[in-house]
Amino acid sequence: MPSNPLRERSGIGTGQKQLDRLFALLGLLAMLVSVGALLVLLTGLLMEGGPRLSWAFFTSYPSRFAEQAGILPAWVGTILVMAVTAVTAVPLGIAAAVYLEEYAPKHWLTDLIEINMANLAGVPSIVYGLMALGLFVYQLRLGQSILTAGLTLALLILPIVVMATREAIRAVPKSLREAAFALGATKWQTVQHHVLPSATGGILTGLILALSRAIGESAPLMTIGALSFIAFLPHAPWQPDFPFLSFEWLLDPFTVMPIQMFNWVSRPQEAFHVNAAGAGLVLMVMTLGMNGLAIYLRARYRKRIQW
Amino acid sequence: MPTNLSSPLKADVKHLSFFYGTVQALKDITLPIAGNHVTALIGPSGCGKTTYLRCFNRMHDLYPGNRYEGQIVLYPEGINIIDPSVDPLAVRMRIGMVFQKPNPFPKSIYENVAYGLRIRGATQRNQLDEKVEQALRGAALWNEVKDRLHHLAFHLSGGQQQRLCIARALATDPEFLLFDEPCSALDPTATSRVEELLAELKQRVTILIVTHNMQQAARVSDFTAFMYQGQLVEFDTTKTIFTNPANQLTEDYVTGRFG
Amino acid sequence: MRRHLCERSIEASLFLAALASVAITLGIVGVLAYESWGFFQHVPLSEFLTDSQWTPLFSEAHYGILPLVSGTLVTTVVALLVAVPLGTVTAIYVSEYASLSIRETVKPILELLSAVPTVVFGYFALLFVTPLLQRIWPDLPGFNMLSAGLVIGVMIIPYVSSVSEDAMRAVPMLIREGSYAMGASRFQTALRVVVPSALSGIAAAYVLAISRAIGETMVVAIAAGMQPTLTLNPLEPAATLTAYIVQVSLGDLPHGSLGYQTIFAAGLVLLIITLIFNIAGHFLRKRFHHAF
Repeated sequence: MPSNPLRERSGIGTGQKQLDRLFALLGLLAMLVSVGALLVLLTGLLMEGGPRLSWAFFTSYPSRFAEQAGILPAWVGTILVMAVTAVTAVPLGIAAAVYLEEYAPKHWLTDLIEINMANLAGVPSIVYGLMALGLFVYQLRLGQSILTAGLTLALLILPIVVMATREAIRAVPKSLREAAFALGATKWQTVQHHVLPSATGGILTGLILALSRAIGESAPLMTIGALSFIAFLPHAPWQPDFPFLSFEWLLDPFTVMPIQMFNWVSRPQEAFHVNAAGAGLVLMVMTLGMNGLAIYLRARYRKRIQW
Repeated sequence: MPTNLSSPLKADVKHLSFFYGTVQALKDITLPIAGNHVTALIGPSGCGKTTYLRCFNRMHDLYPGNRYEGQIVLYPEGINIIDPSVDPLAVRMRIGMVFQKPNPFPKSIYENVAYGLRIRGATQRNQLDEKVEQALRGAALWNEVKDRLHHLAFHLSGGQQQRLCIARALATDPEFLLFDEPCSALDPTATSRVEELLAELKQRVTILIVTHNMQQAARVSDFTAFMYQGQLVEFDTTKTIFTNPANQLTEDYVTGRFG
Repeated sequence: MRRHLCERSIEASLFLAALASVAITLGIVGVLAYESWGFFQHVPLSEFLTDSQWTPLFSEAHYGILPLVSGTLVTTVVALLVAVPLGTVTAIYVSEYASLSIRETVKPILELLSAVPTVVFGYFALLFVTPLLQRIWPDLPGFNMLSAGLVIGVMIIPYVSSVSEDAMRAVPMLIREGSYAMGASRFQTALRVVVPSALSGIAAAYVLAISRAIGETMVVAIAAGMQPTLTLNPLEPAATLTAYIVQVSLGDLPHGSLGYQTIFAAGLVLLIITLIFNIAGHFLRKRFHHAF
């Protein structure tokens, strides 16, 4: 390289450049810790629990013998609890978000709701469990049931649903609303026919993320007394006679995937740890799959809005 | 071309082209910059004058996909500063810049002015104190702020903030200062203070200023370049450009028929 | 007129839905306060706050909350020692150094990391990290706060990094350019201009992460042990506020008994601590948004 006075004049420049590179390297390493942690979690579970995954593992009840134990009541329980959670949290959350974004006048009550919502999002999940124990289990006498669990998780994810929905609604341009109002639409008609359909992508993404959070939650369900040794299935949600649907399952005791996993991790025997890894793997596939879907949907949805 | 570029050149721009990705923003510009004078760049919005200005301190290097062609030769060394082998940091150490909107750092007035010295490794307090005072005096701000040097810069008025940014640039003794529409966010009083300052500063530094305001260009500059659609249309003494331009387009612009 | 009536009733029901969040808060505070009231009928507040033992289920019962608070404190501090440096450096890297393609790859990965169920993290703390640590300290017990804290730390990196990165990216480009134009390097610009500008936003990230770490339950319940011990040594096993609640829930305490009420008292302490941090975080974030 030819001698370059512009370089030489700033003797400090080169030292700074090295420091700059050093930090870039440090940053990359710090970032790799997180990426590496995720990889370690996945490969660890895959290596430990992967071989355990078989048809029987999904179709068997828990057992005293690790090799015969399975996750049937756990995944069925997870699906049923999630159904209750979704049916409760989705309409409630969307309605609250619509009110706060489209209707709410600026006064102390809406301010209170806003602050309250932000604080609820930061309340530890186990505290929701204590509330559910005192309120749902004993005051309302819903027992340690699927209904109680579903409601608890619904309340837990409500702030997330509301925040995601509000963000999606906020992204809908004002001009769209004005166009509808100009044609004589009422506020609700505008929301129903224009705002909500345009915000569907964003709302859906938020809902998936919220539900994936609920799937992995175990602490609040432990406090309401979710049993981990359940050797039976809840009542079927359907029946042969009219009205064909049955809701007896709502009050059945239950277990869910993360609690089943916790139970197996807490046992001293290594064979149960393998079961835990298997259950963890299934759980990871569920939550990461849902998150991946949400990330994908969001990316696609953003692109569509831009062009 | 001006016939009386009497003083030695500070920089010589030769066939400069610039690309944002595949979009060509500057087309083959050749323009000498006279040392210790004020050269103004005028032209309608989007003509490329700011893009051109930002080539001088390699600001475009901050964003990916940008590409320069041609040369900007900086004197007295005669080095092409847009050559990839030249460190943009070293270029910026010598060529200061004042932006369109005042952009003080969220620090005290003192620390804003001392910033350039600190990143050059200066730590001695009395040396810093002296330089900071000098720079603030140079930017005609000292008397207004000397009692509150350690207050946050955000609390100054817009005009004061802009003069603070000038002081910040002056503190490191640059040879060359770039001004990107420095008065566009200021009121008339603050504007005239900055304009007075420019006249004083050119004793010490070479100034290149982008301005939207033709009266301003006429008032402060010695030479004026008129740009249009990424090209240099006409370059001459300011007097010639405003009284007797050679090009019809220039005449239309300076007489306010478009732009 | 009918149309008007219909609109009004819709608005009213939407309002009720929005009010549900307030009802949840009232429910939480109400239940915790009610059950804790019962608890404090039997246990004086002075004993609760100063006794150094927490043995409510023993025949000679002690009701000092300090051992649970110390457990929570130690695991949280360990977690922060991991998450704050790693999360902050990651945020600076992603916001100031990384190319667009790296940023677009890393952000979803961090999001996935924060979506991993906490029970999975607990599994790793117990069966992966603790054995690893035992190679360094052979005397390390199988349950210990160090391993739980380290894993919680990794778990909350995404909270630290994403909120601080948002704060840094909200710093206007114009301010960065002012620094670069002075000849500053990326590192100098990041450290001397961007980070100070985003400081209250970054502080908010830390505070939210602290609140997360304090409320974390499964990792400590699995890996830190459930024995309430007043110690600040992370190499020892100890129960946190959350782990104690889980431990009692696993048993079968009769509704209304003093033992049953203890978990609500522990929950109330937990809620108050996290609430303080959440409000501080909220305030810091507001201040940051005001700045720009």
